[in-house]
Amino acid sequence: MAAASGHGKQKIVLKGVRKSFGAKHVLDGIDLSIDEGQSLVVIGGSGTGKSVMLKCILGILVPDAGSIHIDGKETTRIAGRAREGVMKKFGMLFQGAALFDSLPVWENVAFGLIQGQGKNRREAREVAIDTLAQVGLGPEVAKLMPAELSGGMQKRVGLARAIASHPDVLFFDEPTTGLDPIMSDVINELIVERVKDLGATAVSITHDMASARKIADRIAMIYRGRIIWEGAVGDIDHSGNPYVEQFIHGRAEGPIQMDILKT
Amino acid sequence: MQLNFLAIIGRFALGMLGEIGRFSRFAAKSVLSCVQAPFFLRNLLQQTMTIGYYSLPVVGLTAVFTGAVLALQIYIGGSRFNAESIVPTIVVLGITRELGPVLAGLMVAGRVSSAIAAELGTMRVTEQIDALTTLSTNPYKYLIVPRILAAVIVLPLLVLVADIIGVMGGFLVSTQSLGFNGGSYLKNTLDFMEADDVSSGLWKAAAFGFIIALMGCYHGFFSRGGAQGVGAATTYAVVSSAVLILASNYLLTSLVFS
Ligand SMILES: Nc1ncnc2c1ncn2[C@@H]1O[C@H](COP(=O)(O)OP(=O)(O)O)[C@@H](O)[C@H]1O
Ligand SMILES: [Mg+2]
Repeated sequence: MAAASGHGKQKIVLKGVRKSFGAKHVLDGIDLSIDEGQSLVVIGGSGTGKSVMLKCILGILVPDAGSIHIDGKETTRIAGRAREGVMKKFGMLFQGAALFDSLPVWENVAFGLIQGQGKNRREAREVAIDTLAQVGLGPEVAKLMPAELSGGMQKRVGLARAIASHPDVLFFDEPTTGLDPIMSDVINELIVERVKDLGATAVSITHDMASARKIADRIAMIYRGRIIWEGAVGDIDHSGNPYVEQFIHGRAEGPIQMDILKT
Repeated sequence: MQLNFLAIIGRFALGMLGEIGRFSRFAAKSVLSCVQAPFFLRNLLQQTMTIGYYSLPVVGLTAVFTGAVLALQIYIGGSRFNAESIVPTIVVLGITRELGPVLAGLMVAGRVSSAIAAELGTMRVTEQIDALTTLSTNPYKYLIVPRILAAVIVLPLLVLVADIIGVMGGFLVSTQSLGFNGGSYLKNTLDFMEADDVSSGLWKAAAFGFIIALMGCYHGFFSRGGAQGVGAATTYAVVSSAVLILASNYLLTSLVFS
């Protein structure tokens, strides 16, 4: 594994993070560190625990063992007000966008501003409309309900909601899954632009290599609950790691065995 | 896997204890959150409308038919020992003490508990509840407290309406087909009714409101496994709130209101 990644200040550090559900060991000692301003993409197959890892960092799930530091502070088991304070640094785009379907688009985007920061609704609405413009959506979208939007638009609204309160760290859970290749590229471009704009640190998870190459400064690969390779995005094509090679070329044969009954 | 009888019993007991622990923690956290800022008044108002206002038709219809049939039955019973005049007294007693709160509670359980479980369950499986957390908003305060408070406030009001409509149902049948005089029917109703009859029913209603919202929220909040999981959560919510309403009705009546 690559040595300590570069020179910047460490924003997020995971040490030996473990998480099981019943007898199922999903995370089996994750070690990972992300520098401030860096964009890390974690790749790995479906069901390998990528989302669980993000949720541990976000504090939605509590790890069984190990530690997670954010800005040098231990956050593994904090709750209540302290947790809400840490959350204010974060913006997250969920896999299915996870828009609140009882609220119109603008209230979704403004949610963190109104509930989290106590901004008044009129001001928050203006910020929401500006933010929607940053993801390429016009003001006419603001009044629509999430159910009226296409998948690509929902992702863009989700992105707008994640960036509206200017977070330090942005998380993206499979931002391009389920979109056509062109819409995927639009989303990738938007992510790159908005992250650069905010000067934010970004942690993304995906199994889409085109997306990973576009978004990442560094790439890490997760397999069987551990990080098995980590390096700069330019090194991914000559990693010398058979698991990574198999994954990026999408071959059925190789050291990674799918859980399929062979007859 | 080996079929080991003791192991099965053990696993069942552990699962049961785990569920009880999870439920107790959830209930405690929900109740504590009811008395801690911030309060989401907008959500409370909205829930008051959905739980209260939109339940009026179903509660009203239930009450009017129940009052009507009660008058018919009591008339039959009363006429066996020439005591037909007891009808207004027993109708109002039965409605206010028992049938108003219990039937309104059960009807609202069917309508509201399931709706809450389905809504929160969908929010859970589509990660909307996780999204709330990432937006620095406590889901207990934003989702659960407004529903519990709304149900506790609104159920007594619904039962008050059910009491009035139920008595009217009895009044209509008695005056239209049983030959009672309207004025003396109402006089009998009011003369023999005690404040305690009504208030005990309203206290019960508040308890039922708590049960309805809590069970809906609990099953929705912890639902898992996509559409099927949400469906199961709705069923559990209705069944458990109905059973708990009937059981707590007996306990409250025998311990507090008898
Ligand atoms: N809350 C949960 N309870 C039980 N099992 C879970 C839970 N969340 C995730 N899992 C399991 O953990 C594994 C990894 O899930 P996930 O992190 O979502 O995978 P992915 O890498 O595709 O994002 C899956 O097998 C999933 O079934
Ligand atoms: Mg996932």
